[in-house]
Amino acid sequence: MTFINYASREINCKIVYYGPGLCGKTTNLQHIFNATAPQAKGKLISLATETDRTLFFDFMPLELGTVRGFRTRFHLYTVPGQVFYDASRKLILKGVDGVVFVADSQEERMDANIESIYNLEENLKAQGYDLLKLPYVLQLNKRDLPNILPVEELALELGKKDEPVVEAVASTGAGVFDTLKAVAKQVLTELRKG
Amino acid sequence: MPDTPILLREQQYHQIKAVLARLRLDSSARVVLLIDKDGQQIAVQGDAANLDTTSLASLVAGNVAACGGIAQLIGEAEFPTLSHEGQRESVHISVIGRLLLVVMFDEQSSLGLVKLRSKQISKQLSTLFDEIIRDGHEDLDSPFAGITDEDIDSLFT
Repeated sequence: MTFINYASREINCKIVYYGPGLCGKTTNLQHIFNATAPQAKGKLISLATETDRTLFFDFMPLELGTVRGFRTRFHLYTVPGQVFYDASRKLILKGVDGVVFVADSQEERMDANIESIYNLEENLKAQGYDLLKLPYVLQLNKRDLPNILPVEELALELGKKDEPVVEAVASTGAGVFDTLKAVAKQVLTELRKG
Repeated sequence: MPDTPILLREQQYHQIKAVLARLRLDSSARVVLLIDKDGQQIAVQGDAANLDTTSLASLVAGNVAACGGIAQLIGEAEFPTLSHEGQRESVHISVIGRLLLVVMFDEQSSLGLVKLRSKQISKQLSTLFDEIIRDGHEDLDSPFAGITDEDIDSLFT
């Protein structure tokens, strides 16, 4: 939920990266963290297992700049992708302002993508949100791998509305900021509507 | 559709800060924070210069959310307070509706005192926050009402 503080002249919004296990949600955040100037970011917090799989969430605050005298900050979260962490995923969606769905472009992960996007819709519904009305971006990740499906096929299968579709290779950073920009713009445009 | 934004007016912010300052004094605490359940920091009072309050707010909200999930699994609505005691520093968290009151304290205070003072002040904070929600957007210009596409684009250049 967007929080506007007139005393400290700050606006805080929450964006959640969602997707199946090992699709690259944490890698997205890691790239944003590594590529951002120190003064524009806070710590990257990762609540992970001993094998570096996300256990609860990753979190980093990112300051984009000033709009009309207000510092605009985005709180970026990831969810744990593994199927059995569903209770945690539900909790992290609370108060969300925008969602990025990170799809794994590999052919053998298509079923996992479909299951995860269905899970996203269900969990949003449980929190009183409608994916069709929420700022939303579909990121097609791992475009550098050999066994990937064509963009058109992925977009057709996973697209939910006329959301922006961004091709990405999160491990190199390709498409990561384009994705963030696409969702942040929608969140700010929603705020303009009031 | 995202939730309606929470708009915190300057006067309300200072009222909250004053309540937190009194709680800090009365409980001999080091730092007092008020955050919302989504992990957004509302106000902080005390010696927080070396404390990453943004991360703290996010982790406390995650902690409370996880404990709330456990509570529901065992048939409780939620756990109204949570305490973590360390060797030198301790944290007490009170759930007040959609607010989380976080008190950090050391050996200068005690868990009993912090619990008591937090409980005494929670009604006041709850009333103040109800006013914030009730006042909503009326008479307040959103800084984003007149924002242009160029303004948004400028954030990414």
